[in-house]
Amino acid sequence: MADAKVIPLDEDTRSRRGTARPGGRAAGGRRKNAPAGQPELTAVPAEEHSEGTAPRRRGLRRATARQEEGAESASGAGRGDGGDTAAEPAQEEAAHAAHAAPSPGSLPLPVGMLTDALGGAADRLLGGSWERRVAGGLSFLRRRITGDYEVDEFGYDEELTDQVLMSLLRPLFDNYFRIEVKGVGNIPSQGGALVVCNHSGTLPWDALMTQVAVHDHHPSGRHLRLLAADLVFVLPLINELARKAGHTLACAEDAQLLLGNGEVVGVMPEGFKGLGKPFSERYKLQRFGRGGFVSTALRTGVPIVPCSIVGAEEIYPMVGNAKTLARLLGLPYFPVTPTFPWLGLLGMVPLPTKWTIQFGEPIPTDHYPPEAADDPMLVFNLTDQVRETIQHTLYKLLVQRRSVFF
Amino acid sequence: MGKVVLVTGVARRLGGRFVRRLQREPDVDRVIAVDAVPPEHHLGGAEFVRADIRHPMIAKVLAEHAVDTVVHMDVNGTPLGRARGGRATVKEINVIGTMQLLGACQKAPAVRRLVVKSTTNVYGSAPRDPAVFTETTPPKSLPSGGFAKDAVEVEGYVRGFARRRPDVAVAVLRFANILGPSADSPLAEYFSLPVLPTVFGYDPRLQFVHEDDVIEVLIVASQDPARGTLNSGTFNIAGDGVLLLSQTARRLGKPTVPVLLPAVTLLGSMMRNVGITDFSPEQIRLLTHGRVVDTTQMRETLGFTPKFTTAGTFHDFAVGRGPGLLPPERLAHAVDTVAAMLPGAGVHRPYEEEPNHG
Repeated sequence: MADAKVIPLDEDTRSRRGTARPGGRAAGGRRKNAPAGQPELTAVPAEEHSEGTAPRRRGLRRATARQEEGAESASGAGRGDGGDTAAEPAQEEAAHAAHAAPSPGSLPLPVGMLTDALGGAADRLLGGSWERRVAGGLSFLRRRITGDYEVDEFGYDEELTDQVLMSLLRPLFDNYFRIEVKGVGNIPSQGGALVVCNHSGTLPWDALMTQVAVHDHHPSGRHLRLLAADLVFVLPLINELARKAGHTLACAEDAQLLLGNGEVVGVMPEGFKGLGKPFSERYKLQRFGRGGFVSTALRTGVPIVPCSIVGAEEIYPMVGNAKTLARLLGLPYFPVTPTFPWLGLLGMVPLPTKWTIQFGEPIPTDHYPPEAADDPMLVFNLTDQVRETIQHTLYKLLVQRRSVFF
Repeated sequence: MGKVVLVTGVARRLGGRFVRRLQREPDVDRVIAVDAVPPEHHLGGAEFVRADIRHPMIAKVLAEHAVDTVVHMDVNGTPLGRARGGRATVKEINVIGTMQLLGACQKAPAVRRLVVKSTTNVYGSAPRDPAVFTETTPPKSLPSGGFAKDAVEVEGYVRGFARRRPDVAVAVLRFANILGPSADSPLAEYFSLPVLPTVFGYDPRLQFVHEDDVIEVLIVASQDPARGTLNSGTFNIAGDGVLLLSQTARRLGKPTVPVLLPAVTLLGSMMRNVGITDFSPEQIRLLTHGRVVDTTQMRETLGFTPKFTTAGTFHDFAVGRGPGLLPPERLAHAVDTVAAMLPGAGVHRPYEEEPNHG
């Protein structure tokens, strides 16, 4: 029974990330009205009818009772030191457990038994607030199947990104690459900004991880809108997902429009040159295109935030490039790694390297005159400045790194 | 003295509606309605002149009535009615008709204003295009054929005319997909299918403009500009916002069948050859890559704000079509039923604002 109590608590605190939940506290207040004896009384007949579910249910009740005790003490402690964050989830969870208990009695008998049994399982699997999650999931589902949601002109589906796409990437971010994020506060909390990153790793995992980093770690919860290569928008499925995740084509028009709307835009100026460079050239920045990103930043007057990503270079050590095959398939390169293509799809599993994403000091561009965007010398100088900053930060982070995998 | 307005393409419903609406404008004296076939609908008090714009006769009509404003609405993607002509006739009316009409306008000194109905099809649809087209965006891949190519050519002739007659105010209105309760465009036909075939792996962004807004913006463009606005030039006309094809299908309550792109192209050309539907390659491209235009110019320069958003236009269209196989109300009800079965649903009220998870 101990796991029934411990796992949900742990799970809940992790998923919460310290954001305030006023709803949870309100529910906690309601809990006190629920009479403690009621669940025992109403549930008794159901227990006599079914032998199979009985032990499980008893176990559940014991777990909820214990949770309530735990919550009582936890909330007491919380009040003691004036709002301990650990007390909140426990309190909220106990509140839901208290809600759950009285209601089965009001349902028809077989349905009540079934939901109760399922509830017990779900409780153990998902944590105490399974109901709230299911209800949230259902209302999400309701909006999705009736088409009642909004996308912006780039096809960015904020709801889908927040609830589904980011949740899919998060385990990779937290548990697989164990990414450490530094200096995310350098992205302004309001207005446009251009985040310029190095690009590596054969497949653009680094871009997606940067998007998660900004989404999950920025204090104002900003969304990074990535500029992607045109290849992304040619491929079926990929283009659909990319648009829904808020990516758009890397062209001056789209970048300018997004920055003008006050969005944080992410760009990898190295493009395929950086993504598909051989393993031997790792952490050597490639040419930064023609500096188009600097002109766009100058035109819109937004700060440039250099961003250095360490760890992505080693996820697929590219030892060779099958150029003929690449040309045949219309790809910019065809990677040959120690595992790919030899192991097929299994070879596409990235190595679990330890990553660091460092956002650097923003470089302001709003003090330049409007015609500065057409001054090639200035654009080249700024491009070099951004490039040098990223390169130096990469070297610094590499020196600090203990090992590739830890 | 009031104005004399000549309108082409009045045998179509949109043209007919525009003619009836135009007569309510106070400073419009006479409306000359022109088409090659007599319209089935009434035209109010407008004078109908049966004339084919592909023949030089149109110049006589212009001179005879001392026309000062020409609204050219006879630029269309589909033939009028099922029986009359195919793609070749449509192309001839679009291109040759516009050439003749513009030639006639050039010879008519009384003409002061020209309004041309064009389409956002001129931008094409390609994966390598920017997400949002402004009036000045050059298309990455010029439309290779069909109505889009006609529209590009029509706009080319209009530009030539504007150079030769700088005294004439020329407005080119590029309309997004026109929908409304009585729309009969290929896209409306597509949305009327019981099951919507879609291109596998693509979810295009679509923009719609309501018929009512089309009429109103044509009125704005055919009148003298209001203070602080300018109604000559090229303008994108579209409702606010964007709908994905998947959203439109769900709002209509129609199931979708994803089909691989090569199969769609093949199927489309086969169906076209047999003559079941006139679903052109550019429609398939639209339903693959989508198209969104910027309407800042329409708002700020032309001074026009559409009454219907893209979603509003689509809603109005969907209401007129009746429910599909999976009506959204029924699906929503099914989810509600499941939610009501949840223990604690009464206490919890799941449709209150749920806090976001992460």
